[in-house]
Amino acid sequence: MQKKQKTVLTPYLLILPAVLFIGCVMIYPLCKVFYLAFQNYNPTMPFLNGFCGIDNFVKILTTGEFYSALLVSLKWVVSEVGLQLVFGMIVALILNQSFRGRGFFRAMTFVPWAMSGVLTAVLFSLIFNENFGVLNDILRKLGIIKENVAWLANSKTVLGSVVVAELWRGIPFFAISLLAAMQGLSQDIYEAAKVDGCTRFQTFRKITLPLLKNTIVLTTLLRTIWEFNSVDLIYSLTGGGPVGKTTTLSMLIANQALTTNNYGYGSAISVISFFILAIVAVIYIKASGFGKESDE
Amino acid sequence: MKEKKRVIVFLRWLPLIAINIFVLFPIYWAVNTSFKGEGEILGKPITYLPKVPIISNFVEAWKNVGFDKYFVNSLKVSFISVIFIVVVAIMVGYALTRYKFKGKGVFMGLLLAVQFIPAAVLLVPLFNTFKTMHLVGSHLALIVVNVTFQLPFCCILMKGFIEGVPIALEEAAMIDGCSRMQGIVRVVIPMLVPGIITVAAFALIGCWNEFLFAMMFLNDPDMYTVPIGLKMMQGEYGVHYGAMASGAIIAMIIPVALFAYLQKYLVTGLSAGAVKG
Repeated sequence: MQKKQKTVLTPYLLILPAVLFIGCVMIYPLCKVFYLAFQNYNPTMPFLNGFCGIDNFVKILTTGEFYSALLVSLKWVVSEVGLQLVFGMIVALILNQSFRGRGFFRAMTFVPWAMSGVLTAVLFSLIFNENFGVLNDILRKLGIIKENVAWLANSKTVLGSVVVAELWRGIPFFAISLLAAMQGLSQDIYEAAKVDGCTRFQTFRKITLPLLKNTIVLTTLLRTIWEFNSVDLIYSLTGGGPVGKTTTLSMLIANQALTTNNYGYGSAISVISFFILAIVAVIYIKASGFGKESDE
Repeated sequence: MKEKKRVIVFLRWLPLIAINIFVLFPIYWAVNTSFKGEGEILGKPITYLPKVPIISNFVEAWKNVGFDKYFVNSLKVSFISVIFIVVVAIMVGYALTRYKFKGKGVFMGLLLAVQFIPAAVLLVPLFNTFKTMHLVGSHLALIVVNVTFQLPFCCILMKGFIEGVPIALEEAAMIDGCSRMQGIVRVVIPMLVPGIITVAAFALIGCWNEFLFAMMFLNDPDMYTVPIGLKMMQGEYGVHYGAMASGAIIAMIIPVALFAYLQKYLVTGLSAGAVKG
């Protein structure tokens, strides 16, 4: 009897530390965010603190800041995920062939995967700088621009510049995921296509792409969530400026936490972005028919 | 034949080389900048190789800016975090592969789902919690956060590795009179070494690069980790660009070294059902 009880308890004891960490540091504070969203919570003005109903939500939905950030988030996520998918696919298709130097090129191409957002921001701030940045120098030599451009201070170029920096860091994730999926595909079907005289493009359109569908849906979904939530790089490169041109919803939340003291308001924005993300994820999974054809 | 060669050039080598230039250029440029004097960096014309390579930027970043401290702080925080992560991940992985228990599916779902919680959202509530515990400004707060945020991915990864260790070996050891604990220590752990190193490397990169919480929690420059040191150099009035580039190179050393080890596991590791960016 003693022994039986012990075997039943063991797995729970084994997962206990993990449950405690995740429960105390992720789940509990997450619940608190939902609670704070309905509170006035400002440490510099504690006399105003307390329950405030849906005031925070009303304030968010009636000021322009939120809608502007939502639009930036949309542009940011769509361009990041789209570009990373295209370039990641190209890299994966090339690295899936066998040729001399493949291992070397694979290592080189994937290296930005290990870099942090801050580090990427520093690397690209040296490139984008208006006065001594190398990008202006190259573009002038090529005759593409005549005057130096302040890539990160100009409200027209800033988002594109930040997108390029994040793209640098983001290609490997797609390339790695797609490459892994491609390596799992059976070679027979490609042999058959070759015998039937398919061109490379036909093979890609009619065989590779459909077989990779679930991987593509999953990686784009994961990446959408990841990019929607990402803050490090934008925070270090532009701080969300100029004039809010790179302030995504997550940047808005982080700025509320790091610089201003309006925690209730910030929490309410968090709650709204949660729902947006959840709705997007559900629609995407339904619309793409993920997992319907195969039993993954 | 000539036709085929041309196809290969256009479909393989041109895009591959273009993408590699895009990937390697920022790193080359930081290295280039880090060996130039400030006059050369800011002056015209822009030079693509330093005229007179100097190493004083590295000395400046390491000694005066404080990267010597930041580096040690980052190592300390990352290593302690990784030890906790690996131990907890082995426990979880073992429970998930060797036992059937109620709530196992829920727990697996939890490990997947919590990876989507954005760090930015938790900044304020965690800051408040750590403040009441008088842990704001300490490395301990950072370690706790690092461990928690790396755990879900590392547990799933470790589970995959433990699945690869045959149960039969453990059973044989137990028949020979080993206890379960002895079985784990003498049979499972030795066979798990490559898995442990891989999980540790993933976790170490994650901890080393952690930025947002360190930014929120640390206010004493003596306590800064490498990413915060880098960020602070950027924001400074009158940025010292040579030293900043050197700081970036210093920050790169550990992740790139770990990547060099990890890259052969990347393709299998990241597709093991884990979702890490």
